[in-house]
Amino acid sequence: MEKTPVLASQSATIAKPSVAYHKKKKFSWDKMWSFLTLVPSLAAVLIFVYGFLGWTGYVSFTKWNSILPDYQLWGFKNYQILFQDYRFQSDLRNLLFFTVFFILACMVVGLFLAILVDQKIKGENIFRNIFLFPMALSFIVTGVVWQWLLNPKTGVNLIFEALGASHPPAWYTSTRIVPSFHVGQIQFGLPIAMIAVLIASVWQMSGFAMALYLSGLRAVPEEIKEAAHVDGANGWKTFWRIIFPQLRPVTVTVVIILVQSSMKTFDLVYAMTGPGNGYVTDLPSLDMFTTTFQANQYAQGSAIAIVMFVLMMIFVIPYLWNSLRKEGQ
Amino acid sequence: MKKKYLSLAGGAVLALGVVTACGAPSNNTGSNASSSGSASTTTHQVEIFSWWTAGGEANGLNALIKTFNKEYPQEKIVNEAVAGGGGSNAKAVLASRMQAGDPPETFQVHAGQELMAWVNAGKMQPLDNLYKSMGLNKVIPAAIINDLSKNGHVYAVPVDVGRGNVLWYNPAVLKKYHLTAPTTMSQFISELKTLKSKGVTPLAYGDKDQLGSVMLWENVLLATMGPQNYDKLWQGKISFNNPQVKQATNTFLELLQYTNSNHSALTWDEADQMVADGSAAFNLMGDWAKAYFQSKGLKEGSQFGWTAFPGTNNDFEYVIDSFGLPKGAKNPTGAMDFLKLVASKQGQDEFNPLKGSIPPRTDANMSLFDTYSKEAMSDFKKDSLVPSLANGEAANPAFETAATQAVTMLISTKNVNEFISALNTAAEENPLS
Repeated sequence: MEKTPVLASQSATIAKPSVAYHKKKKFSWDKMWSFLTLVPSLAAVLIFVYGFLGWTGYVSFTKWNSILPDYQLWGFKNYQILFQDYRFQSDLRNLLFFTVFFILACMVVGLFLAILVDQKIKGENIFRNIFLFPMALSFIVTGVVWQWLLNPKTGVNLIFEALGASHPPAWYTSTRIVPSFHVGQIQFGLPIAMIAVLIASVWQMSGFAMALYLSGLRAVPEEIKEAAHVDGANGWKTFWRIIFPQLRPVTVTVVIILVQSSMKTFDLVYAMTGPGNGYVTDLPSLDMFTTTFQANQYAQGSAIAIVMFVLMMIFVIPYLWNSLRKEGQ
Repeated sequence: MKKKYLSLAGGAVLALGVVTACGAPSNNTGSNASSSGSASTTTHQVEIFSWWTAGGEANGLNALIKTFNKEYPQEKIVNEAVAGGGGSNAKAVLASRMQAGDPPETFQVHAGQELMAWVNAGKMQPLDNLYKSMGLNKVIPAAIINDLSKNGHVYAVPVDVGRGNVLWYNPAVLKKYHLTAPTTMSQFISELKTLKSKGVTPLAYGDKDQLGSVMLWENVLLATMGPQNYDKLWQGKISFNNPQVKQATNTFLELLQYTNSNHSALTWDEADQMVADGSAAFNLMGDWAKAYFQSKGLKEGSQFGWTAFPGTNNDFEYVIDSFGLPKGAKNPTGAMDFLKLVASKQGQDEFNPLKGSIPPRTDANMSLFDTYSKEAMSDFKKDSLVPSLANGEAANPAFETAATQAVTMLISTKNVNEFISALNTAAEENPLS
């Protein structure tokens, strides 16, 4: 369970050093050709991924904040403006709460569903597919559907009102932030409006966590479970002490994949709520889009992109480093 | 086996070569028509770039295209319309095409600072000769031409005029509570109070795309400052520290007390729907809302009513779509032919009734238009013409975005001083011309 097939690009990077380990002294045409066939894709990745990454980084230090390119260097000024910005401060707050709750909820719901499906029930395939199905939808579709469902005047609130609720939830139109204390220019806390976005995103992605956990559960050797049973452990104890620790690698994979997908979230929020009432549902990706393509402030937009990149690397680099080290052993 | 590898590698290298070749012209800001390989064909392509993809606007554009094909059979129009309200997506696509040195023959752009962003970047060609040969200076108001010009050169032809300071209302709701269309701010606020006490949403607005909130604020600003000072504010001749700006902002916050709580879930047309179905009484929106009401089968006058926003009775906040000629257009002759049609009386009389807007030419044939448009056309001739911030006329795109953010912040914090200082910062970073 070390490698899941989902992160193809990562397993490719992991595989690279192993070539070096088994280096043969003899020159072989086969080796040569396989190397040559790799060159084009390597070059493409070098230019179109790392090259453009570097270019974005460079632009973020320039004065290019109108349609006309201006490559005069401006130091960290773009970043300075950014971190003083009400909208960007709101973005970081929202991103923090969105990411944390999104991952926790996906893990809990995903693991719960996986355990249910793993009970050797009839029609397991049907359930598995039902839980996995939302993932097949585009985030735009999810966003539009949940926008209707959670619209305070027309959605599920009609049911609440029919049941007699006098103050049904305001969902994504709420401006409340809990707890609310002043940090920088903004109120810090969980924006209640984010809960609506969280519901939609967890609905979409928890099936994915379930699939990973299910394969993790299936990989736990039967003998260990039997041994635990023989030693007198009950079902709960077996799960908590024996099976759950075995799921650690899967959990790491789930977290890494969900972190990077939550940090990039754009389409869901764009379709569902937009920046929201006082930027309560805004995310850096939306800010980046507006800044770059509507305000034509390319350097500012690049700075947002670089901040997002750095945040993502904080999670991904330790994971990659860890995998590489294990591969070397 | 080796042979297979060889051909594979060769294919891959070739594929990469193609990829980099495609990437190359983007570094070259000059216009290299041959790179797209369509230069020497007998029919000439005229790419028309706009965000008119649906409803009356698309019908209007199609009518223009039909006439153009009849008059210029040697040219071939390519309709490059990109969907998305207010052109938010289209502008992003246009910016990347212009950056890449691959401009369309002509593109839709709001008059004023949105056009000037391209002019200042040196991407547009002057159209002085077209204006002279067609005598446009005599039929288009000077204020409008001024908004399309820099240093005495004019850079675009206007095709339609929208009005941004229109207060729409539901006549049945007003009648029920014995109210009349308000003409002053104090009358407006007292009517809002009455409506609130009756349990009707007095003033609906939708700012999911932030258009509704910024337009409401700029209208209160116009009502408070009057057209001269409002104009000076956008020219950078009056500072945002002016007490009138603060006063207007306070009035704006007062109006917000009478609005729908779900405004951030709605776009402008969904807010109009509240007026249409009678759950709200008023909505401030540009006159493109008329087309929305009519598309819902409502009759003008009896089922939806309008008046100028209270305090702006003699002002006309214009929102103008224009077309210009970008440098590096591959088929400038075809582009000029299209611009001639757009600027002609015939073209404007054909386009505007379908779109629901009025022609910028003052010699248009009035009989083609409905009651609302006839009123708007006579107002357009006599009112003070002022630009709209929310629609790109009054300020450059960077300032507009920053001001939009400031209004969004204001709605959530209600902090006027913070709002004023955010506007000042925005004006420092992106000076108003």
